[in-house]
Amino acid sequence: MKAIYSLFLVFALVLVALLGAGAGGMHYLFGVIIPYVAVVLFVAGFVMRVIRWGKSPVPFRIPTTCGQEFSLPWIKQNKIDNPSTTWGVILRMFFEIVLFRSLFRNTRVELHDGPKLAYASNKWLWLFALLFHYSFLTIFLRHMRLFTEPVPGFFQALESVDGMLQIGVPSLYLTDVVIVVAATYLFLRRVVIPQVRYVSLPADYFPLFLILGIVLSGIFMRYFVKTDIVSVKELTMGLVTFHPRIPEGVGTIFYIHVFLVSVLLIYFPFSKLMHMGGVFLSPTRNLANNNRMKIHVNPWNYPVKVHTYEAYEDEFREKMVEAGLPVEKPLEQQPENKE
Amino acid sequence: MYDGGKIIAGLAVFVLLFTFPFWYNIGNAAYTKPKLELPKDAKECVEKTEWMRAEHMQLLNEWRDEAIREGHHTYKNMVTGKVYKKSLTKTCLKCHAQKDKFCDRCHESLSVHPYCWDCHVAPKGDK
Ligand code: HEC
Ligand code: HEC
Ligand code: HEC
Ligand code: HEM
Repeated sequence: MKAIYSLFLVFALVLVALLGAGAGGMHYLFGVIIPYVAVVLFVAGFVMRVIRWGKSPVPFRIPTTCGQEFSLPWIKQNKIDNPSTTWGVILRMFFEIVLFRSLFRNTRVELHDGPKLAYASNKWLWLFALLFHYSFLTIFLRHMRLFTEPVPGFFQALESVDGMLQIGVPSLYLTDVVIVVAATYLFLRRVVIPQVRYVSLPADYFPLFLILGIVLSGIFMRYFVKTDIVSVKELTMGLVTFHPRIPEGVGTIFYIHVFLVSVLLIYFPFSKLMHMGGVFLSPTRNLANNNRMKIHVNPWNYPVKVHTYEAYEDEFREKMVEAGLPVEKPLEQQPENKE
Repeated sequence: MYDGGKIIAGLAVFVLLFTFPFWYNIGNAAYTKPKLELPKDAKECVEKTEWMRAEHMQLLNEWRDEAIREGHHTYKNMVTGKVYKKSLTKTCLKCHAQKDKFCDRCHESLSVHPYCWDCHVAPKGDK
């Protein structure tokens, strides 16, 4: 149900662009205003979200430790999975961000007859997540041909590597195939595995469908519903040089693609997609495990009101003596004239 | 802020990278559509000009398959019915004789590198 709602939401977005830019002819709105608004909201939202995270106090080190910590000299430390130095942390973060090292440890839990509980390694999520993210990055970088003039050699090289199979015309990009397969896997994982389906929310399905929608509309534009790419570049170059204009001959499919991208950009800072910035700020990864080597002072300690034992005894000495409790200073000899 | 310096530096790098297209083009001349040298001795292309702009690669792909795999060597214009031979060098480049001032102008601007010319030889454009 949650998946279907999200799917319909993406369909509705396509319909908005189809009606607005296609039937309504609001090209300036969909080609210039919405993309600009989206970029501004994306950058500002991203920065604000990260700063808000940065403001939360981290008085103590809370790294998740996945290996032997620094200990006695003859016990071998796992320097990456339980770093105690800044360099160790840098290495740990590098492998986390570039190779998704923690996903590599993903496990599957199975209950067998007996009842026996079994854990097994499960690398599929790691593999497809990696494929998905690298395809996305490559496609994103390849798009820079629409935003640069002259196109830097790096992006051209990326294109020729990506299109090296030279299948069809325009030549098929490997990343186009890979990202569709990988995103489909990520979606199927959520509906097929009951435990994962149970914890999946619209906020999980919607970004997947949205990205799939963007990718499919892009693929459609490149291979099936063609549009005049030279005019598209006129439009995109107008955007990045702040001389926006709407050339003739740009098809509705382009506006659908760009509208979905704009929605993604606007949605990004509010959503779980912020893990892009969040991974850098995870205190469980980016802190060295040096709790016992360095003193970590709680910086928002306010002066604590103390009540020392001496003062306590002074206050209650009589009652303590009455109750037969030992005291450090004996009761002062009271003049015994009380009778 | 804890490690505020590092966080701000990271954000600065992120913003700088993301806005790359906005500052990369500063100082370059405003982008204009590539100037094409159109054939002088012909008025129209094998199909309508707007259609050709978007679909010419698809058309060439179909021509290639039909000519080489199926042996159909003639193409009829969808509107006028004018007949053309399905050939890359002998049709397209007969009219568009200067590849470097026509096809290449568009393709360079969009970083398109058709691999056709690995095998096919374009006329020298000395017309
Ligand atoms: C109006 C500009 C323009 C002109 C003129 C032009 N092209 Fe293209 N061509 C393009 C664009 C844009 C693409 C890429 C489309 C895409 O990326 O979806 C392209 C792609 C191609 C491709 C497919 C490239 C690939 O990805 O494998 C071939 C083949 C091709 N053109 C052949 C030609 C030939 C031959 C000529 C000259 C007779 C020519 N084109 C003239 C704009 C043009
Ligand atoms: C009979 C001569 C002739 C042949 C053959 C021919 N063209 Fe053209 N082509 C023209 C003319 C003339 C124009 C300009 C039409 C205009 O100005 O509206 C043109 C325009 C174009 C354009 C659009 C350029 C622009 O203004 O953006 C493309 C792309 C193109 N041709 C590609 C091809 C390809 C690819 C082939 C081979 C399949 C081909 N042409 C075959 C004569 C020809
Ligand atoms: C591996 C080399 C090779 C590549 C790359 C190649 N071709 Fe060809 N092409 C051939 C050969 C060989 C023939 C057959 C020539 C013949 O039988 O006369 C041919 C024939 C054709 C024909 C029909 C005959 C003619 O005279 O043009 C077309 C159209 C064609 N190719 C288009 C393309 C296009 C478009 C591309 C780029 C997307 C391309 N070819 C890339 C080798 C190649
Ligand atoms: C989130 C970012 C985006 C993603 C994931 C994405 C995805 C894709 C994909 C998968 C394709 C198929 C062809 C290819 O791989 O190059 C494509 C094509 C295309 N995209 Fe995007 N896109 C994005 C952003 C944009 C933006 C911002 C624009 C322009 C304003 C744009 C314009 C185009 C155009 C014009 C094509 C057709 C290119 C061609 O025909 O060769 N895309 N997109």
